[in-house]
Amino acid sequence: MSKTTERTRQRRGAGGDQGPFVEWFERLALVLVWALTIALFGFLRPESFLTWSNFATILGSQAVIVVTALGLIIPLTAGDYDLSIASGLTFAGTLLAVLNVNHGAPIALAVLAALAGGIAIGLVNGFFVLYFRMNSLIVTMGVGTFMHGVTLWLGDQQTISGVSEVLVDAVIAWRFLGVPLGFYYALILCAVIWYVFSYTALGRRLLFVGRGREVARLSGIAVDRIRLGGFVCAGVMGAMAGVLYVGTTAAADPSSGLTFLLPAFAAAFLGATSVTPGRFNPWGTIISVYFLVTGITGLSILGVSTFVQDLFYGGALVIAVTLSQIARGREERLA
Amino acid sequence: MEAALGSTAAQGSEALDTSLVLQIDGLHKSFGGVKALDHVSLAVRHGEVHGLLGQNGSGKSTLIKILSGFYDADGEPSIIIDGRRARLPVSPEALRQHGVSFVHQHLGLLPSLTVLENLLLLDLAIENRWFMDWRAEARRARELFDRYGLRLDPLSSLSRLSPVERAQLAIVRAFDQLRRSNAERSRGLLILDEPTPFLPAHDVEALFKLIREIVADGASVIFVSHDIDEVLEITDRATVLRDGRVAGVFETAAMTKAEVIRLIVGRHVDLERMRPPAKALPKPSLSIAGLSGGAVGSFSVDLRAGEVVGLTGLIGSGYSDVIYMAFGATPAQSGTLDIADDRVELGRMSPRRAIGMGCILIPGDRLASGAVPGLTVSENLNQPVLSRVTRGWALAQAALIRNARVLANRFDVRPRDPTRLLGALSGGNQQKALLAKWFQTDPRLILLDEPTQGVDVGARTQVFEAIAAAARSGASILCASSDYEQLTAICDRVLVFKRGMVTEELIGDRISKSAIAQACYRAD
Repeated sequence: MSKTTERTRQRRGAGGDQGPFVEWFERLALVLVWALTIALFGFLRPESFLTWSNFATILGSQAVIVVTALGLIIPLTAGDYDLSIASGLTFAGTLLAVLNVNHGAPIALAVLAALAGGIAIGLVNGFFVLYFRMNSLIVTMGVGTFMHGVTLWLGDQQTISGVSEVLVDAVIAWRFLGVPLGFYYALILCAVIWYVFSYTALGRRLLFVGRGREVARLSGIAVDRIRLGGFVCAGVMGAMAGVLYVGTTAAADPSSGLTFLLPAFAAAFLGATSVTPGRFNPWGTIISVYFLVTGITGLSILGVSTFVQDLFYGGALVIAVTLSQIARGREERLA
Repeated sequence: MEAALGSTAAQGSEALDTSLVLQIDGLHKSFGGVKALDHVSLAVRHGEVHGLLGQNGSGKSTLIKILSGFYDADGEPSIIIDGRRARLPVSPEALRQHGVSFVHQHLGLLPSLTVLENLLLLDLAIENRWFMDWRAEARRARELFDRYGLRLDPLSSLSRLSPVERAQLAIVRAFDQLRRSNAERSRGLLILDEPTPFLPAHDVEALFKLIREIVADGASVIFVSHDIDEVLEITDRATVLRDGRVAGVFETAAMTKAEVIRLIVGRHVDLERMRPPAKALPKPSLSIAGLSGGAVGSFSVDLRAGEVVGLTGLIGSGYSDVIYMAFGATPAQSGTLDIADDRVELGRMSPRRAIGMGCILIPGDRLASGAVPGLTVSENLNQPVLSRVTRGWALAQAALIRNARVLANRFDVRPRDPTRLLGALSGGNQQKALLAKWFQTDPRLILLDEPTQGVDVGARTQVFEAIAAAARSGASILCASSDYEQLTAICDRVLVFKRGMVTEELIGDRISKSAIAQACYRAD
């Protein structure tokens, strides 16, 4: 009897029979909404909004958030949160500036040290989460706060300016098609992650670990190694974002980088509603970052106050998670 | 509330026996054409312990699930509880009002809470209380425990309790519940659904003492069990179900064990005579030696290529633990696994290593440990062979889909579209997909746990065929199952477990559904 019982209780996946049109619409909905946003602000303020320099600024200035958000989707795909990524960002930036400005280290060495710092943060996160079997949300929140303290101490709570011009040139000053190079770095990173997610066995293992940890373990996947890899990737990409941030502003501010955490999460979750709906994916993430910043830029050109930024990012995060639950009941829940 | 209960007594046309606390007549239930319960009746008297016996699939659990309101019944059965007719499906409020309380096999206790919190769990779940007088509650709990001779501290954590103390707590809680919701009637019905399988013999005695005390206080008990010895000891009367029908009702004192076994197993020739012809098998090529850990005391087996060996026993006897420990999915204390020239200590086994040696595991809990329902069939199927289908630098997407199509065809996974989510498939097709996922790796040792659980009749035969085909191509197979019919259909040898040890070995023609059942129920 238990057999029949099981069968009747078997959860039939909802939906699954939508036409190709609906599916394509779902994949591209975000791009359409983005296009509509551009059209709307372009219509309202053609003279200031619809200029190439405005777009170049939007594309270039958001590279930091793009890299941060891309860093997040790796552990998120493996089922782990990394709330320490923004503190990693400011820590890496401050470390770079201290070495380069205060100690006169060559810029290349300072960048390498910053990236190594990111790797170390990832390892610490991974150690506590995996060795002591703790919740990643709590561990990374604690590690993040701790690292923020370290950053303040390291930089003496000051903004350190005067970072090597080479870095500034390489990130923001040199341009290709009018867009700062920082944007292209983010684009390359996005392509690499897309490749790994879609075309390598490693990407599939990451997905398996996130969706069914026990299944993955019983399938012989080295679950802990993959999760550790996720934390280290997030750590190092947080550090990369920190390097880009210093390059963008030519200075290291020990605190302002923390405000990137929420936009990055909003973009990661909003991105998971498009391109490959139901899954964290790099292209969706990058589109989300630019959609959100387009909206904010447009509204500020219209003269709306700065609080709109919080409304936009906060609202987007909640709406994104809601959409990803509703729109794709047939894919498992993300969060 | 009253309307839902139908407070009037049964109509005059039906004899209403006031000595009965529960009277069920004409209960039918079928699932997709298969009759789970066929004209079942059950009568429980006031102040008696009534046994409910039967094998897996006899309809026992369906009956309990109808009583607890999990299922509706077919047609218009008559269920009269304490003189009042119950509406179907039975609602939780109605059960409360009627004074019926359940203790399910897994007890429904939360280990991280205190004993007292667990005791009040059901109250807290449905009542709003704005001030908890913990001191008074603790005093009441102590009085309750004292009354039944339990040495429990209400404020200690449940996790410090032994298994038998937990079972006792669950039973006292259910009885206490009954008492308070039904105070004016001072009667009630406690349904114990297999409370004993995880308990050692002397602890079962302590539990029985508690049951007797509760009955002495005016309650009636339905005792659901596999174990005939226990039923003979604790019950006054018992009802035996077989194949969804009542096979017999008896006064326990007048029965011998052999007679009870005959009622449970049935004398008629079993329908499952689909025994495979005896195979000529080569010498053993694979062995597990001295495996212990979990519920398993010590287990050794030699397997030949192409041999299918079934492991079975009553729940808790350890037969299914062997499967998981051999694979390294749960840790073993000791033991070795030899495959050809490879030897590995099972204490240090891991799934990764097991797969490297050519072992595969198809776990019983399909959706939690076997497959990822939120990923597509193709992604699930290709997981073990990702490196094989990688061409150069990238996974060849077309090759993945092609491989999934070929497998879906070979194992008849429907629908054939491998881009569907696995969770959208029926239980049988999910299981076929899982077999396909692992059998494509040409394993040498196949470990199966309940391979046809939640699988419909048609797919069941296909699963059997897939297992037989894997055996023909040289794999050795260990299959843990409590489904004797299935074991009869696929096994060359069946090992029967009791308290962590193999107590009986059935080979070839000696394997039959009734022989396995008898071996399981036989006392040592």
